[in-house]
Amino acid sequence: MAITKKQSAALAKQVFEYAPAPESIDHVKIQPRYGLFIGGKMVEPHSKKHFPTINPATEKKLAEVAEADEIDVDRAVKAAGKAFESWSHLAPSQRSRYLFRISRILQERARELAVIETMDGGKPIKESRDVDIPLSASHFFYYAGWADKLEWAFPNRKPRPLGVAGQVIPWNFPLLMLAWKIAPALAAGNTVVLKPAETTPLSAMLFADICMQAELPPGVVNIVTGAGKTGSLVVSHPGVKKVAFTGSTEVGKLIQKQLAGSGKKLTLELGGKAANIVFEDAPLDQAVEGIVNGIYFNQGHVCCAGSRLLVQESIAEPLMEKLKRRLSTLRLGDPLDKNTDIGAINSRDQLEKIRGLVESGIQEGAELYQPECQLPEKGFWFPPTLFTNVSQSYRIAREEIFGPVLSVLTFRTPAEAVEKANNTPYGLSAGVWTDKGSRILWMAERLRAGVVWANTFNRFDPTSPFGGYKESGYGREGGIHGLAPYLDLN
Amino acid sequence: MEVRKTYKLYLNGEFVRSESGRAYRPDGNVNVPRGSRKDLRDAVKAARTAFNSWAGRTAMNRGQILYRAAEMLDSRAAQFTDLLGGGAKARREVEQAVETLVWYAGWTDKLPQFAGTVNPVAGPYFNFTLPEPTGVVGIVAPEEPALAGLMKRIAPALCGGNVIVALAPESTPLPALTLAEVFATSDFPPGVVNVLSGQRKELLPWLASHMDVNAIDVAGCTPDEVKAAEAAAADNVKRVIKVASDESSPYLITAFMEMKTVWHPIGV
Repeated sequence: MAITKKQSAALAKQVFEYAPAPESIDHVKIQPRYGLFIGGKMVEPHSKKHFPTINPATEKKLAEVAEADEIDVDRAVKAAGKAFESWSHLAPSQRSRYLFRISRILQERARELAVIETMDGGKPIKESRDVDIPLSASHFFYYAGWADKLEWAFPNRKPRPLGVAGQVIPWNFPLLMLAWKIAPALAAGNTVVLKPAETTPLSAMLFADICMQAELPPGVVNIVTGAGKTGSLVVSHPGVKKVAFTGSTEVGKLIQKQLAGSGKKLTLELGGKAANIVFEDAPLDQAVEGIVNGIYFNQGHVCCAGSRLLVQESIAEPLMEKLKRRLSTLRLGDPLDKNTDIGAINSRDQLEKIRGLVESGIQEGAELYQPECQLPEKGFWFPPTLFTNVSQSYRIAREEIFGPVLSVLTFRTPAEAVEKANNTPYGLSAGVWTDKGSRILWMAERLRAGVVWANTFNRFDPTSPFGGYKESGYGREGGIHGLAPYLDLN
Repeated sequence: MEVRKTYKLYLNGEFVRSESGRAYRPDGNVNVPRGSRKDLRDAVKAARTAFNSWAGRTAMNRGQILYRAAEMLDSRAAQFTDLLGGGAKARREVEQAVETLVWYAGWTDKLPQFAGTVNPVAGPYFNFTLPEPTGVVGIVAPEEPALAGLMKRIAPALCGGNVIVALAPESTPLPALTLAEVFATSDFPPGVVNVLSGQRKELLPWLASHMDVNAIDVAGCTPDEVKAAEAAAADNVKRVIKVASDESSPYLITAFMEMKTVWHPIGV
């Protein structure tokens, strides 16, 4: 029976709400207080100091973690130095097996890790569950296989490990960045002292437990928690031979300066201001998904985020219309809810920074668009935001915002797109959307960026080298190229 | 009576005096231009302008031009042997410099096959990684061997498609300045190679801190100079290349390069 006109009108008015779909947290045990992971066990910090780590979606304290001081860092480096003697001489096939074992445990404990990652960092559970944790496990799996094949990777060279690697990682992909750092370092025969970010230490604490569960020899992995001061102590410790840092360009420059003359091998994976370029022949619906994924994935807390949208002038209007419509369907809220697209901003500091830059965009004359969006009362939140009428000189077009804020600029010719895309001191990533193959390759050749996504965006894989040009840093992580920074090839 | 040569800086494909009008006499006799900070900035600007043209050449073409430079150098072997003091040792050094050029000329169209990869990502994407030039590279070669030492760094950097601002060895600048004549007659676009003579302490700090220089090779620097250069390089996250000065390998070429990874979906 056909529905009446009246019924149809009533249906059209009806709002179909999503039912809440929260991931359960009852199988996750967070300890009230964590020590430092040194020499294969959790130890009390010499500093006797702890600091809280909170859930940014609720502002509730999750646990207290230790703040490592100079003596703590020294103990960790010494433990790593001692472990290096045996680890670097262990049969490579045995090193390989430890890494495979870690990878498997990461898979087995995936749900626990995903929930902790989301609670501590604020990212949507669907992202930690489908991206962070599987990629972390596969990163270990990939490098596990390299551990006993190093001499095949570098023709005419005898690769040797460097020693203790000091590694400092950011809060946007806590476990994944840990995996990017630890897996190649161990595969190459080094031992590590890693400092997780102060706002997201919990998955690293869980990883310490995984190291123990894997019976990894004591001291091969050491994890010291703390803020910037602790990180600075790690990278400057004379026992550290290799430094790997992922974080802001500002801090990266400080580290490069600090290490001048030290002879330490350094790799930096820093900030970005990627251009996502959409040509008039691009499949617009796919491009819209790519733009959304490019800038709103992980609340825009992504160094390679497509934060500058360059649209060919002829399609700017229809594209903006589609994009705005798509923005209104993004679900912001409880990161543990499986339907959430946009979670919490990682910290109050980061929220303030985003607000400041957005304010500058308004002041400088850009036009702000935000979909109607209810922000939860507690926690740190920022709605998906886009700016049109943006000039290249505006701060929102030049500075890394590291939040869900997109700046839209237009161009007419491919050459102009290249010019604008490259007009930045950064060079981490770029996106190109067009149906024309020759144009993709032409653009890819000219974009000064370490990763170019064509007709896709924000894809990652352990086999795929990742890293920047210019002020986005140097060295590559992932793939065969990711081994070189952890080896002495002279 | 001999017609003496006026030694000049090699900037943007031209032989010029220092804008400062200054000269110094490293061997007590010949006047050599004492390049200034302004000369250095001009050199960086010329190099930056030339970058797209050089990096955009086919690998085959870059190889041919490097090989042409080897021909030009070899044809003037006697002159360079004299400049290096004559004798068998000097002659061997010239041969070594020629050999370096020939060797790297042959690498231009093989390097991407050596250092590039196709990456088997776990998804429906085609994904490959290729080496690309870093950009403007500053080179501080060792004082000795004055010709071969410089060539060992210039050749791999050029091979990778970079453009160069090289500091001639301060105490032995004549081979480097004469080498510029070889580059000038080898079909390099103007600005691809720039050679500055002068005092290291006047030029190195500005080369290391220049915001439009992407990498600096410190093979010829003292430990103190390396430390200062590394600190200054941090201002724009410059790559500081510290590979041993006698190295010849494709790994050295990649030290002057960036790896670019490109993704594209596979589908119908």
